[in-house]
Amino acid sequence: MEYRLRTPVSKETAKSLHVGDIVFISGMMVTARDKAHMRMAEYFKSRKELPFKLDGSVVFHGAPIVKKSDDEWKIVAIGPTTSSRMNDLEPAVVEHGAAAIVGKGGMDPSVLKALHDCGAVYLSMTGGTAVLGARMVKKVLGLEWEDLGMAEAVWLLEVEDFGPLTVTMDSRMGDLYEDVRRRVSENIKGSRI
Amino acid sequence: MVDDKLIEEAVVALLRRAVTTLPADVLAALEASAVIERDPTAKRELGLMVENVKEAGSCTLPMCQDTGLPVFFVKMGFNVPGFEEAVARGVRRATEEIPMRKNVVHPLTRKNTGDNTGKRMPYIYYVYEDSDHIEMTVMPKGGGAENMSALAMLLPSQGINGVKRFVLDTVVKAGGKPCPPVILGVGIGGTSDECMAMAKKALLRRVGTRNADPDMAKLEMELLYAINHTGIGPMGLGGDTTALAVHVEYASCHTASLPVGVNFQCYAARRAMARIYRDGSIEMGGD
Repeated sequence: MEYRLRTPVSKETAKSLHVGDIVFISGMMVTARDKAHMRMAEYFKSRKELPFKLDGSVVFHGAPIVKKSDDEWKIVAIGPTTSSRMNDLEPAVVEHGAAAIVGKGGMDPSVLKALHDCGAVYLSMTGGTAVLGARMVKKVLGLEWEDLGMAEAVWLLEVEDFGPLTVTMDSRMGDLYEDVRRRVSENIKGSRI
Repeated sequence: MVDDKLIEEAVVALLRRAVTTLPADVLAALEASAVIERDPTAKRELGLMVENVKEAGSCTLPMCQDTGLPVFFVKMGFNVPGFEEAVARGVRRATEEIPMRKNVVHPLTRKNTGDNTGKRMPYIYYVYEDSDHIEMTVMPKGGGAENMSALAMLLPSQGINGVKRFVLDTVVKAGGKPCPPVILGVGIGGTSDECMAMAKKALLRRVGTRNADPDMAKLEMELLYAINHTGIGPMGLGGDTTALAVHVEYASCHTASLPVGVNFQCYAARRAMARIYRDGSIEMGGD
């Protein structure tokens, strides 16, 4: 099935998605990678309010190449980074309201459990497709935690029909990566090597 | 006359070409795989990859936001005073002008240098040769693929089957992380460092070329077949296309050792080459 979602994404909507579905997102996406996740963890620990909203949000494991012209940020290229680096820190982000995580490569069972418990999904973007990615970003709505550096800062991006994204981990413990891993281990058993 | 200014210009041009234009052999292999792939999700992934790469080339934008680490392979036909500093200046300029993402950080403090240069970065491999030109090849190396690198110091008794097993296990362990379909560089023999260097240099070979040694060529084909029958598929989402090529290089080694090195390159296997002649003329190519 193909879905066009608008942010904020409700739990009901997130729960209705299944592994294999295709999703396009319009509205806002929040970029966060290693350092932003570490800082979010600090904020959660000290019960400090984040400078952006996580409830119903789409968190994007991506870091753009940006250019500033006429005092306005332009996204030159943006695509997904390897999500598993954020495995340890993601469950808390999901528990704090993120409805969808966008990245590449999938995440571990602790994240799958959080998606299940909180009614959220993990969406895979084709790695490296940064020119297509930039084309779907309409505007930079905000920039937080700039001190982390342009690649690690949190960019609030207005996107339109951002996709196709594949639902690869859903709220029913469905995990395409795990399915593939299982098939691969069967396949290499039969390999002559 | 070739001076450091010309080297700097050549580096900017090389990086611009490398990060925006996929070599023709890689693009052809990617397009062919999109045609023969049977899995519908995999076919869509490959189609998006091809579309993105073509779009990047036509509007001279970086095809991937990870414009990598600046890794250079240089054949020095003659010396140019201030060569290394000129390469670094070229990297800094290219970072601003193309632009490229600022990826270079201190390994422990993680502080970003802000210009893609740093201690021992750009990384330059040198070969000295007697010729009328300097040949420079750049390979922007993305983090996702490089992170999957692996070295094994196998027992000599493990032999070729041990080599195959290690390579296959490394690919399976990497799964979708190195952005498959990958190009796989495999080094066999040498010392541990030479082995890894061979694996990396093997990534520069054109897709479709085979090792001149028939036994190594056979090993390349066997590994490619086995890897593409794992079912990992593009981006690890399943499918027939996990590698576009396997390139094996080897060197003699110690009687007590059997080193095997594996280096991954993502499907955006970027590289660009320039020859700079003594008279100052530049020839761009390599794809």
